[in-house]
Amino acid sequence: MEINISINGESRTFDVEPRTLLVHLLRDDAGLTGTHVACETSICGACTVLLDDKAVKSCTVLAAQAQGCEVTTIEGMANGEQLHPLQEQFWEKHGLQCGFCTPGMILTANQLIASNADPTDEEIRHGIEGNICRCTGYQNIVDAISAAAAQMRD
Amino acid sequence: MAQAPKFIGAPIKRRDDPRLIQGLAHYVDDFNPPGTLHMACARSPYGKANIRSVDVSKAAAADGVVAVYTYEETKGIGPVPVGAVLPDAKVPVQPILADKQVLFAGEPVVAVIAETRYGALDAAALVEIDYEPLDAVVDLEAAIEPGSTKVHDDYESNEAFKWGLAGGDVEAGMKEADVIVKEKMTNVRVAPLALEPRGVLAHYLPGEDKMTLWTSTQVPHKVRTLVAGQIGMPENRMRVIAPEVGGGFGSKLNIYREEALAAFVTRELGVPIKWVESRSENFLTTIHGRGQVGEIEMGLKRDGTITAFRYNVLADCGAYYQLLTLAIFTLTGLMLPGPYKIDNIEMNATGVFTNKVATDAYRGAGRPEATYILERMMDIAAVELGMDPVELRRKNFPDKSEFPFGTSAGLSYDSGDYHLALDRALEAADYPAMRAQQEEARNDGRYLGIGFSTYVEICGMGPSAALGGQGWESARVRVEPTGKATVFSGASPHGQGQQTSFAQIVADGLGIDANDVTVVHGDTDVVPYGVGTFGSRGTVVGGSAVVYARDKVRAKMAKFAAMEFEADENDIEFEDGRVFVRSAPEKSAGFADIAMMAYSAIALPEDTDPGLEETHFFEPSNFTFPFGTHIVLVEVDPETGDVEILRYVAVDDVGNMINPLLVHGQIHGGIAQGTGQALEEEMLYGEGGQPLNASFMHYALPKANRLPRFELLHTTTPTDVNPLGAKGVGEAGTIGSTPAVVNAVIDALSPFGITHIDMPLRPERVWRAIAEKRA
Repeated sequence: MEINISINGESRTFDVEPRTLLVHLLRDDAGLTGTHVACETSICGACTVLLDDKAVKSCTVLAAQAQGCEVTTIEGMANGEQLHPLQEQFWEKHGLQCGFCTPGMILTANQLIASNADPTDEEIRHGIEGNICRCTGYQNIVDAISAAAAQMRD
Repeated sequence: MAQAPKFIGAPIKRRDDPRLIQGLAHYVDDFNPPGTLHMACARSPYGKANIRSVDVSKAAAADGVVAVYTYEETKGIGPVPVGAVLPDAKVPVQPILADKQVLFAGEPVVAVIAETRYGALDAAALVEIDYEPLDAVVDLEAAIEPGSTKVHDDYESNEAFKWGLAGGDVEAGMKEADVIVKEKMTNVRVAPLALEPRGVLAHYLPGEDKMTLWTSTQVPHKVRTLVAGQIGMPENRMRVIAPEVGGGFGSKLNIYREEALAAFVTRELGVPIKWVESRSENFLTTIHGRGQVGEIEMGLKRDGTITAFRYNVLADCGAYYQLLTLAIFTLTGLMLPGPYKIDNIEMNATGVFTNKVATDAYRGAGRPEATYILERMMDIAAVELGMDPVELRRKNFPDKSEFPFGTSAGLSYDSGDYHLALDRALEAADYPAMRAQQEEARNDGRYLGIGFSTYVEICGMGPSAALGGQGWESARVRVEPTGKATVFSGASPHGQGQQTSFAQIVADGLGIDANDVTVVHGDTDVVPYGVGTFGSRGTVVGGSAVVYARDKVRAKMAKFAAMEFEADENDIEFEDGRVFVRSAPEKSAGFADIAMMAYSAIALPEDTDPGLEETHFFEPSNFTFPFGTHIVLVEVDPETGDVEILRYVAVDDVGNMINPLLVHGQIHGGIAQGTGQALEEEMLYGEGGQPLNASFMHYALPKANRLPRFELLHTTTPTDVNPLGAKGVGEAGTIGSTPAVVNAVIDALSPFGITHIDMPLRPERVWRAIAEKRA
């Protein structure tokens, strides 16, 4: 079936099987491999993208459900050379090790900050409980999100 | 280095990160060469079953299916490699695809090759396998009972091996004791769960007779040597690339069936073959860790002096061994005396086959098991003796003047100051105030507990002889004609950050900027033969190889500079991108100018060849022994059994730190994993051998909202085992945290008279323990 989606601001058309998951469309058809698959059960959040500015787990969204929508992936977060504050702060605070959870973590955090510009540590920890990181113990991720929120308020 | 280090010791942010935070990195599944076919496997749903027949006709006829493989077509592939041996161990042969019997749920029976990812999965579901389900062996203790159902029909029993380690005289030590404390404890099976599942992409080019294998591994050269051997290919016709690897924790320190399968199939078909593990396959077929049930006896004098320690343990092997299954238990034995002076120790291990996937190295690999039982016993003994757990530990520490300290397990601990780390932790936690807080809470009907773990670990693996081979690491350092430096490391980092820390090491030695150093690893056609990253060895052993290779290059550059300046090569200094004569600093040239001299080679110093590229294989003389004290404050809700960690103070001594930012990251992650084991994680199996919680939905692992902010401190006791003075940090957090957390919970429950609960301390288990005492 034919699907029209705007990905990171660019309108694109794909011809995919009706059962195709959004994450596979993004990775295999659109060639955007920054979105990762790590559990296929919408628990770990590695596949998180923004669908019309709302964070969704793209391993449990059909590509067809994204018809006519605006999708933002990790590849669309930086503004040219200028990193997004979340990207900057994940780097600054050592908020990643193997990096596999990072794209999903950043997109979830983006939504968190959009709904709460000045989150407490506890609110951040609660806000990312749908994203699993096996490397960092989360502390530096919490610090990165907190610092990015501050930067975005300025 | 004459000048003070500029980069070593600095918390420099990682140079790996820009690609990772922008989604521009490449893990195995991100490569899609044209014409790639996808592999999927039909796997056993049973813990044990006979295979009556396999019918692949429907699968083979499905749309887009290119080939189907069963045991018959793949029996020429060598079995899964077993790298560790024990005398008299039974070693079952693990085939690539099952033949007449399957021995664990998830064991692959048929491999399907199709044009698309979905098509391969569809076709695998069309494979018809007629199974005759058999009784499975799940419980470790039942498995070893005489007359138990057997895992392997052709063995007499489920006993895989017997292994023991003894130092001193445990019988005499027990007789000497005033008090003997005993407990039975379990280290349950847990799943490593690297966030990136395993994956392999194999591409054979018939014209070149050359294969490239991209695989998510910690040990690319081991994969090359062993997989090439399995499929009967000269290893120098195979190139193994560990691209970006999304975590390992020991689970990717292995050779798996799918690697050999993909390599075999691409050689048959001549097109790229990709297999990417699902999370469910990851739970079923990637190795698990821990899996010990044992009885412990500890003898002590009234004053707290430990006189003897004995561990009789059943160790869960699974149905087959993977690469290092048989080595893990031996590390438990070596770690048994921990940081204490225990003259008499004994471990008697019985390996047990069960109808489960193999156990193998998981972060800490055998050592957390030892530290857990020892630290639990210290607390149990402290209660028995009416001593403060801190004083009991202190009583048995060797003094710093006693290092190098020889243990009854036969190791020589390089350096240590255990009292200092404990003091620092007590001070940071404000231990008296913590006890007062606990007392006050108890008066209010709240249950707070304080848990300690004073640990030492065996790191920097390790001397080759002690490891049964390959304990060294390699590095090559090249100074390029333009004055940039490139490091080629045999280590294979997968999140640890050595692209940054190795650059720091080289920048300091050559007096150049860390940004002018590039670190390459994980490609067997490019880097020298390497061992890989595991056992807290990447920096300790791999980084030391970098130091020596760097110094060889530097010495050669000094000769060119000495020729240029007509000075003594020993009088040449490297600093801030300049090379100059120490006694006559006006004789100076740019680093790149001297580098170019070595490549233009118009003039050569005496006995010197052109070029600036040197390799070093570093063989460590000993393990390293990091240590520390972790203190945890928890609150237990007696109505729900829920445990909340209120404070976590960790003092870790990892020797010299190359990059404290990365060290802290390693400790954070380690504590989280060890805490997960203490409170939540456990692989559960039904009677038929089917895992009951093989998904992230059902297997609890630490989430952000369940963990506290960690308070990290350090003491620094360098080692003389390597030129960096670094001891390794990959596993410290995992080893220190598990017993500290459990000890804290048990301390909280002491008013109920509870002295031990087996991990994981999930609310239900804690609640039941309280309810039992209340009844």
